[in-house]
Amino acid sequence: MIEISFKNIKKIYPGEKIALDDLNLEIKKGEFLTVIGPSGCGKTTLLKMINGLVMPTQGELLIHGKNIKDIDIIALRRKIGYVIQQIGLFPHLNIEKNISYVLKIMGVEEDKRRKRAEELLSLVGLEKETLEMYPRELSGGQQQRIGVIRALAADPPIILMDEPFGAIDEITRKTLQDELLKLQERLKKTIVFITHDIEEAMKLGDRIALINKGKLEQIASSKEMFLILELLL
Amino acid sequence: MNLLREVIDQYINRSGFFLEAFIEHIELSAMAIILVTLIGVPIGIIMSRYPKIAPPILSFVNFLWTIPVIAFFGIMISVLGLSTLNALFALLIYGLLPIVRNTYVGIMEVDKSIIEAGKGMGSTKWQLLFQIELPLALPVIIAGFRNMAVMTISFAAIASFIGVGGLGKAIWRGISLNNLSMTIAGSILIAALAIAVDLSLGYIEKRVLLRVQGRTKGGIVNE
Repeated sequence: MIEISFKNIKKIYPGEKIALDDLNLEIKKGEFLTVIGPSGCGKTTLLKMINGLVMPTQGELLIHGKNIKDIDIIALRRKIGYVIQQIGLFPHLNIEKNISYVLKIMGVEEDKRRKRAEELLSLVGLEKETLEMYPRELSGGQQQRIGVIRALAADPPIILMDEPFGAIDEITRKTLQDELLKLQERLKKTIVFITHDIEEAMKLGDRIALINKGKLEQIASSKEMFLILELLL
Repeated sequence: MNLLREVIDQYINRSGFFLEAFIEHIELSAMAIILVTLIGVPIGIIMSRYPKIAPPILSFVNFLWTIPVIAFFGIMISVLGLSTLNALFALLIYGLLPIVRNTYVGIMEVDKSIIEAGKGMGSTKWQLLFQIELPLALPVIIAGFRNMAVMTISFAAIASFIGVGGLGKAIWRGISLNNLSMTIAGSILIAALAIAVDLSLGYIEKRVLLRVQGRTKGGIVNE
């Protein structure tokens, strides 16, 4: 089943070059798609289109078969987890409130939010006491673990990740990648994961999309991509 | 030392007069501070929603701020006459700059990645404003409020020149009667009031800053 479908998508920012050029891409339900490409290739634009932070100039973007232009964007975003490189935890809220922020703005009751936060925290192996702590008091790796489970709070079918481990040290990054794979085994979300690290893309993705200069150059499973690269190099 | 004695005598002999002036001063300042906040904060918020209109508004409140106080009161007397309304209006004009500017700058300076996360998670505009932007801008807004409050207290002395009362009365009377100790006695009370307000707001500002940055204890935190 197709969850997200880009049809002849074009994006031009006013006064700038073309960010996405006639892009066609179908993302299946439950697949882990990694998107790789050089900086400025349009991969972040592609990602932000899925949660409506960027709107296409031309073409159709369908989510669950519905055109994004006809969808209530606020409701859509609440059903899409979003993890960014800068993490973006709210510094004035403690970890519990950070994790359950989406639930709060959706009007979920306090004790249910608390329960959900505890449940999610155990997914990434952090102590319960962490709930009372503030983002500043955590290490970078711990902060991004919170960033990931925060995206899972409302149990969304789709998770968008924009170079989530890009600013994290090598060793912690490997751990976080492994944890993410384990999580995905259990949760079977549709994940779109942006990276510029080919190793990361191969390790995590069921399929890998290669974007260059706003165009989809190649899309293949990690095995196929491995062979393609071997031929090229 | 003689002068100090005279000042103290002023407080003792005219305690009723000074107490009344002191209360009047607080009343006038408080009214002005509340008014400026009620008008200035929404203006700052609106500017942050429409950043295109921000520069002209900022230039305008900046311009108002540069008008010499005495000249402004002079002009306003001919328009609004000698009244509390006139004094309030003048204090409003001068108080707007710090509060408008700080509200606007405070909101605009909230980390863009935090805003993006909040937006991407499905916050409505109001949720974003009240749950994220305003709380994070609060320390900057309080700094502007503090600035404005101290300024209003000292400017309120000049308001007495247009017959509204307050501690400016003592200064004014001291000057016209050539009674230096009376002028000084009035000035000291204004300065004391301003310093007390400044210190307490400074304390609140610091507490809010720590709170907003999520530093619960003063201990070691990770950067």
